[in-house]
This record gives sequence, C-alpha cells and structure tokens, in this order.
Amino acid sequence: MKYMKEAVMKNIFMLAALASIFAVLLICVFLFANGIPAMKEIGLFDFLTGRQWTPGNEPPSFGILPMIAGSVSVTLGAIIVGVPIGILTAVFLAYYCPKMIYRYLKPSVELLAGIPSVIYGFFGLVVLVPLTRDLFGGDGNSMLTASLLLGVMILPTIIGVSESAIRAVPDHYYEGSLALGATHERAIFATVLPAAKSGVVAAVVLGVGRAIGETMAVIMVAGNQPRMPVGILKGVRTMTANIVIEMGYAAELHRGALIATGVVLFVFILIINLTFSFLKRRTSL
Amino acid sequence: MSGKMSSIMLRALVYAATAITLGVLFFLIGYILVKGVPYLTPSLFALKYTSDNVSMFPAIINTIVMTTLSLLIAVPFGIFTAIYLVEYAKRGNKLVEAIRLTTETLAGIPSIVYGLFGMLFFVTYLGLGYSLIAGSATLSIMILPLVMRTSEEALRAVPDSYREASFGIGAGRLRTVGKIVLPSAVPGILAGVILAIGRIVGETAALIYTAGTVARIPETVFSSTRTLSVHMYLLSSEGFNTDQAYATAVVLLAIVLLINTLSAAIAKKVTKA
Repeated sequence: MKYMKEAVMKNIFMLAALASIFAVLLICVFLFANGIPAMKEIGLFDFLTGRQWTPGNEPPSFGILPMIAGSVSVTLGAIIVGVPIGILTAVFLAYYCPKMIYRYLKPSVELLAGIPSVIYGFFGLVVLVPLTRDLFGGDGNSMLTASLLLGVMILPTIIGVSESAIRAVPDHYYEGSLALGATHERAIFATVLPAAKSGVVAAVVLGVGRAIGETMAVIMVAGNQPRMPVGILKGVRTMTANIVIEMGYAAELHRGALIATGVVLFVFILIINLTFSFLKRRTSL
Repeated sequence: MSGKMSSIMLRALVYAATAITLGVLFFLIGYILVKGVPYLTPSLFALKYTSDNVSMFPAIINTIVMTTLSLLIAVPFGIFTAIYLVEYAKRGNKLVEAIRLTTETLAGIPSIVYGLFGMLFFVTYLGLGYSLIAGSATLSIMILPLVMRTSEEALRAVPDSYREASFGIGAGRLRTVGKIVLPSAVPGILAGVILAIGRIVGETAALIYTAGTVARIPETVFSSTRTLSVHMYLLSSEGFNTDQAYATAVVLLAIVLLINTLSAAIAKKVTKA
C-alpha cells in the first residue's frame, strides 16, 4: 500500500512537470496553425516586406514591415536610453553602494520591475508625451516618447542581470588591478566590466526581449500610425500594438493577419530567448 | 585627459545613472500619488459601475477572483514540478532538460502572445468565450515559470541533512517531502507566489481578449470581467475620466507596493534562517 502511494505520487509529480512542455507545444501549435494560413494567403514575402497595412481597403493590403520597423526602432531607442543607465547603476550597486543603502536601493530597483505596464503607459501619457511635445515639437506621441518610456521599463532587467554578472567576476581581478596601481574606477571599467562582458550582453539581450514584447505602455504613447517610421518625433506602431488595437473588430483574413503578426513576434522572441540562454550558459549566471 | 580626471568623470556618471534610476521611480510614484489621491472619493468604490460613476469596485472584486483562480491552477503545478525536479528527477535526465528549456521559453513570452494564445485556445477552441475562466487559465500559464522557479529554489535551499535524517528514521520519500522538505520551504514558495500575484494584478495585454472588459461583478466563472489594470487602461484610453484614472492608478500602485514589500520581507526572513 505504501509503495503504491509512493509510485502514484511520483507519477503525479512527473505529470505536473510535463505541464510546461505541454503548454509550450500548445502555444506553438495554436499560434502557427492560426497564423500560417493567413501568411500563405497573403504570401509570406508580401506579408513580411509589404509597406502597406490597409485592412479596410478594397482589396486590402497586409504588409507588416512598418510594424516590424516600428518594433525594432523603439527597441533600439530603449536600448540606447536604458543600457548605459542600467549598466552604470549595476556598477554602483556592486562596487559603490554602502551596505546600509543597498538594503533599500535593491528593493527599489525591484519595485521598478513590479510596476504594471499600464501605470508606466499612463505616466508616459500624462508626463512624457506633453514633455516631449513642449521640448521638441510634434504631437508628443512618438518613437522618442516610446523609446524613453521603454528605456525606463527595461532598467530593472538590465540592472539585475548586469549586477549578477559583475558580482560573478572573482574579486582578485579587481584587487590585482588595484595592486598594479589602477584607480577604483579604472579597475572596474578596464578589468571587471570586460570580464563580465558576456553576462552584460545577456542583460542587454533580455532587455531587448522585454522591450519588443511590451504592449500596453507602448500603445499609450507611440501614436500607432501603421506606416513606415518617418522620424523620431513622429508616431510609430509596433507589432504588439497592431494586435491589440485591431483584434477587437478584425474578422477573417484581417484577423488571420493579426495572428500572423503575433507569430512573427513570437519567432523574434524565440530567437532572443535562445540567444539569452546560450549567453547565460556560457557565463553560468 | 589624465587618468585621474577620467576616474572622476566615470564616478560622476555612475552616481548620475543611479540618481536617474531612483529619480524616475520616486517621481513616477510621487506624481501619481499627488495627482490621484484627491480623486479617491467613496463613489469610486460604489457597488456598480456606470458611465457617470466609473466605480473601480467591480474591477477590484474581479481582480481578487481572477488572482485566486489563477493561483489555484498554477500553484499546484508549479510546486509539483519543483518537487519532481528537486526530489525525484535524476541528474542529467533528458526530461529535466526539456522542462528547463520550456520553462525558460514560457518566462520570456510577452503577455500579448499569451493573450493571443488564450483567445485562440480557451476562448475560441474550447468555446469558453470572453470569461473569467479563460482569463485565469491564460494567466496561470503565464505565472507558471515564476512559481516553479521560486519553489525550486526554495526546495533546493532545504539542507540535505533534513532529508537524510528523515530517511534515517524510516520515512519514505513521499513522507519526507510532505512532512519535512515542503514545510521548511514554505516561506520561499510564498515569496514566489506573492510575486506571481503582483504579475496577475498588473496584467493587461493577456486579459483584454481572454477575459474581456465587462465592468461588472461576475456571476459565474463564465462571465466576462475586467480587472483593475484593464479598467485603468480603458479609463485612460477613453480619455473622459482622466482624474478617475489617476485614482485607479493610486490603488494599483498601492497594491503593487504592498506586494513587493511583503515578498521582500518574506525573502529576507528566508535568507536569515
């Protein structure tokens, strides 16, 4: 009887463990099965490289290049804003911060990660949009605003992963550098940081994944015009925004094209995740 | 530029970056509190949502129900998976590698993709419609990797001497796990569950096309509902009720702050023990 129970429970634990495998398979199957037919009907090449997204026209045109360009450009902007600040803050946490302050600083950084994207989006809408409008002109809903907001949103990711990468560098790198007469800064930036390079790169890759997948905050500040990006003070639409904005009323091929947009996003994310796990294994973070 | 100069500049940059990070956090929280608290009127917590009085009370109830349902699904799966990985699976097992890979994949999938999947599978294929149950099923997959990873860490943190002592006095593996390992890992697991609550409460993109946007207290799990985050998004995008959107943001922020503090406090206790 006791052995029965042991065996049964072991199998239950194992079945539960299969859930994540099952979930990933299910997600792949349903996304691809619903997205690929639309891609076929539109033509994969026309879908990916078409510059016209006009689902309402007769005949409609479903090219998502503007949205791909939109996602890539705001992500790039977010990286330009978030990566330097993130890495420097990680350096502060690992090498400058007194223990007393660290106890409060670290949870604050984690809090940044806990704030919901609608709140970021709302903050962007009521603070950043008017600010960029007054400073740089345009109507404020722009690539620049979205990049600034996303740059802030990826900070906790960049800081967290970079900090562990920096801390994983053995102390004697830093100490050896000091012993050779380097200053505190030189030891960190010329010895420790280069040694933590692949971990820091992993942080950036993870940040890219966060930025490209972000939806609500971007919708609220990016303007969402489905056209090729025309300048950093003009509006853009990302792939994520395209899905949320139009899914509510889309039907037939239009709906299929939106799901296919999700498939393209999903493939982007899979590539980014694989790169991240590869880098992570190499650095054993 | 001399070495000394560049050192000073670098130090200034490090301090400036940290100041920006903190500055943004405090400015965001402060701004929303200052703008929102004055609008936290009792009428915003009225039982019913109407277009004249955009009460957030139904959304709060929906959020609580949604969170409970999602946790009911995800937490057992997460803990059982962790038990399998830590207590049963052998090292280098192919299955373990597959579980790790898929969990990492799940953790990286953006919420809008979960939303799409939930719409295709739960709403359409299983025919659940926009409903509480479709939304919470979608969210439970989304938080699964988080619950699993924190539970796994908590189980691994239990010293092997506990297990050996339990085996030594004749307990089987199941009894050892249930009576010795799990109870010692509870605080760690709890810290993870609380973080998962935070993600559910803050989620929007995965819910719009799975749970829908109806602002009513649900009658059954098949009713369409909006959570507080979805409510907040709709208020700010409709644009007629900006003041109420500020007030809703205050409530959301307060919940998030509470959740983070709780989780950090528990995690601190765990590392101390």
